[in-house]
Amino acid sequence: MLAWTVYISFVAAALVLLVPPRYTSAIRWFALLSAVGGFAISLVAMIANPAGAPVTLVDVPWIPSIGAHYWLSADGISFALCALTGLAATTGILFSWNIEHRVNEYFALFLALIGGVYGVFLANDVLLLFFFYEIAIVPKYFLISIWGSTNREYGAMKLAIYSFVGSAMVLFGILSTYMLTSGVGFGLPDLARHALPHAQQMWIFPLIFLGFGILAGLWPFHTWAPTGHVAAPTAASMLLAGVVMKLGAYGCLRIAMALYPAALEPWGFHIGWISSWRDVFALLAVIGIVYGAAVALVQQDFKFVIGYSSVSHMGFVIFGLMTLTGIGLDGAVLQMVSHGILAGLLFAVVGRMIYERTHTRMLPDLEGMGLASRLPFATVIFVLAGMASMGLPGFSGFVSELQIIVGGWSSYPWLTVAVGIGIVIGIAYTWRVMQRAFFGEQIVSIDRQTEKHEFLPITWPEKAGSFLLLAATLLVGLFPSFLLTRIATAFASPFFDGLRQGRW
Amino acid sequence: MSSFPLLSILIALPVVGAIVVLLAPRKANVARGIALGFGTLGLILAGLLWHSYDAAAGTLQFVERAAWIPSLAIEYHLAVDGFSLLLLVLSALVTLISIVASTQVKSRPSLYFALVLLLEAGLFGTFTALNFFHWFLFWELSLIPAFFLIRLWGGPKREAAATQFFVYTMVGSVTLLLSFLALYLATGTFDFSALAQMAQQGMLLPAIAAHFSGNSSSWLLLIFWGSFLGFAVKIPIIPFHTWLPEAYTEAPTAITILLTGALSKMGVYGLLRIVLPIFSEQIRWMQPLLLWLAVLTIVSAAAAAFAQRDLKRILAYSSINHLGYCVLAIFAVAGSTKPIESSAALSGAALQLFNHGVTASLLFWLVALLEQRSGGKRSINDFGGLRATVPAFAAIFGIAAFSSLGLPGLNGFIGEFLIFKGSFALATWPSSIAVLGLFITAVLYLTVVQKVFTGPTQERWNGMADLSGRERIWIAPLVLLMFVLGIFPQLVLGLVNGSVSLLVGQIR
Repeated sequence: MLAWTVYISFVAAALVLLVPPRYTSAIRWFALLSAVGGFAISLVAMIANPAGAPVTLVDVPWIPSIGAHYWLSADGISFALCALTGLAATTGILFSWNIEHRVNEYFALFLALIGGVYGVFLANDVLLLFFFYEIAIVPKYFLISIWGSTNREYGAMKLAIYSFVGSAMVLFGILSTYMLTSGVGFGLPDLARHALPHAQQMWIFPLIFLGFGILAGLWPFHTWAPTGHVAAPTAASMLLAGVVMKLGAYGCLRIAMALYPAALEPWGFHIGWISSWRDVFALLAVIGIVYGAAVALVQQDFKFVIGYSSVSHMGFVIFGLMTLTGIGLDGAVLQMVSHGILAGLLFAVVGRMIYERTHTRMLPDLEGMGLASRLPFATVIFVLAGMASMGLPGFSGFVSELQIIVGGWSSYPWLTVAVGIGIVIGIAYTWRVMQRAFFGEQIVSIDRQTEKHEFLPITWPEKAGSFLLLAATLLVGLFPSFLLTRIATAFASPFFDGLRQGRW
Repeated sequence: MSSFPLLSILIALPVVGAIVVLLAPRKANVARGIALGFGTLGLILAGLLWHSYDAAAGTLQFVERAAWIPSLAIEYHLAVDGFSLLLLVLSALVTLISIVASTQVKSRPSLYFALVLLLEAGLFGTFTALNFFHWFLFWELSLIPAFFLIRLWGGPKREAAATQFFVYTMVGSVTLLLSFLALYLATGTFDFSALAQMAQQGMLLPAIAAHFSGNSSSWLLLIFWGSFLGFAVKIPIIPFHTWLPEAYTEAPTAITILLTGALSKMGVYGLLRIVLPIFSEQIRWMQPLLLWLAVLTIVSAAAAAFAQRDLKRILAYSSINHLGYCVLAIFAVAGSTKPIESSAALSGAALQLFNHGVTASLLFWLVALLEQRSGGKRSINDFGGLRATVPAFAAIFGIAAFSSLGLPGLNGFIGEFLIFKGSFALATWPSSIAVLGLFITAVLYLTVVQKVFTGPTQERWNGMADLSGRERIWIAPLVLLMFVLGIFPQLVLGLVNGSVSLLVGQIR
């Protein structure tokens, strides 16, 4: 049933495209319904499968000559990420309610992107996964370049080029594997069982991991992310930071780490203290955490702060993956979900609630607007989202970051300390941007028009979207076991045998 | 084990109240009325718990325990003993006083009262939690509403005061979190009782040695300092107190009641519940330093209060002084071999916590009432001879002032007496110097009373209204309580005796 999330999205995208743009209301509602449908299916599937054990949804031959199957399956990790996708899709559409320009194309592209994302999370065939992954890039480009704001053509092109370079690396790795395994085909479980020789894994792994890592915002290949997020329209930023970056991390886990686990072992020689690809990527991840946070601390554009904070939070995910402990890996996947929710919330406030009303994102300008009293709803939502982003207990970020820290301690104590420092810087930049954007003293303007300017009231879709996201982060923060048990079961399944090797 | 989750209900009650306030019509009297209702309900429920608690046993009762995040050994573990129950009742009482005193909320009253109720929930949660994770959740939960209450409704320098308050407390919280994270990595548990047991059986050191390279005693000491810092900022202990005078002064006075009456107790409770059982040995190693820090707090806070002119600042510094006695007692009993004196000191500390909560709340409330009548003025130089103009007000203030300086017969005396009785035997020199604090405080309050209520009157205050009938009705129970506790301290001592004995037995 979960496979229907993919189909609904693509079919709805196609249908929406056919509707003339003037029927804006019908298009919005139709898009919303399909997103909600996908979300509902994901939730039901997750609830109905308490064990979270892998389950095959569809498996039919696709390109028999090369052994590619249309093979969809879901395990605990997929359930969690599909639920996240459904939530991001629903709230993204809610926050796009005010789009008036070429509405049908916008929602068609949006839904196509969602469909691609569902496909990636459910694909159990490497070629199929790659196929959906590529499908997702095209809508992103157009969403940013047509409906975006600051530097949109540049931002869209940069994102597309970085994504394609990453994909090229991944494709090279996949094809090399296909040729070297000769006859195993593209199915993920099959490839996991028939691992390549150690030496070959050693050079294919970094290629694929890096290729996916680019999309995950791995430092120093992250530079497309802040530019792209700032350029994108609100809902696209929510999706980009919330879900699409997770595609990269998912690929790192599902393909790079699961299929080439031997590559994580020590090389046999040292460069300083680095002695394996694992050390390399753990280090890069932690640098990303601290660097992203530090750069966010000095930004003058509100949205850039959030963009860099996304880079910083994704660093947690990759570090969590590199801990190779049960608790760290569970934490990494949980952080994917948590940050997906929070990024959505933060971008929604910055883009939809603030920017669309004030027409500026520059902190010095916002400081003089006294937004705390003029936009109280946005203030409250951002305060709560900020607290969650800081990692305050009770919200989803605390549990995931705690697990990652606990997981990282045994293998990388010093890096874990650096992660802690990153969290503290995170508190600082969130605090700073909250103070400056919302709690500045209102400057009484000589210009009468500005003084009397009342902001448009917060609309019901904005409220609904905010409440959905807030409820999600609270639920995950207070009852994380709901997700954690399913994720842990997934990691205990035979698919990750090569990676696990008795570690957890 | 109680099958009815009374404690969870107690914590949930103010949260529900906050939601109701936010959804109700946005008028000040409606919001305040709802808050009053929920505050009263909270007090009644806390009172019920007191009544049903078996004080003679002094054990942890009304236990609620459930797995929460098994992968991190995080449990939903609630229970209360004499200390927690005492502070639960105090929090409920102080919150109610704060709500009653909040008659002048001009803007966004719904948000104000919702934040006050959320703060109460945070307090209830902190005093009942036995697993670090959700204890810390509520500890942080109380920080946020307090910050916003100061930031949005405070005085002229509120931004700086609120930011300072937030940053200081956050730093303390971070070190606290890191310390307990380290303990978790070493022992695999976040549970306070389990950690205390490990500490008493001497199993903490080996656990640390197994997981951390280097000198395990040094690690444990570092962990102790980390936890200590978190609480030292909250109580506060000098020199970590510099956030307090600003925060207390700039906060709306009804919120200062909450800050001094309840939030400061969170710090002392943390010392009692967490630091003393788990880090007894470390306190013993550092005892001279810690005791002199306590003495420094007691004496210099009293002296600093003496140098102030603003009534709120005087009371703020005086609060630091009063809690210093509790800190002195707690540090003195660590590793003591004299159970009688230790029991006296700890009972005194518990009593002092409760009494200070009541007295300080009343004093700040009276200052709030004075502020309302004087148009915001609250320097002791602004007034004089008010005894003639507002006799009832002067009388009540006098009672509260005398209680604060420890006059026998009023509630402030017994707590300090017991603390000194115990501490003299356990830490003679520090206690002797600490007596200075008593002297300075006595002179302080007498001076305040003299300057404000006696001497020549000022023309402008001739028309000042005395306490209204409604105010007298609200204040009377508090004054009565102060007398009753002064004469029958057993009411409170009876609640904590059992728990004190248990704690003393634990830390030998």
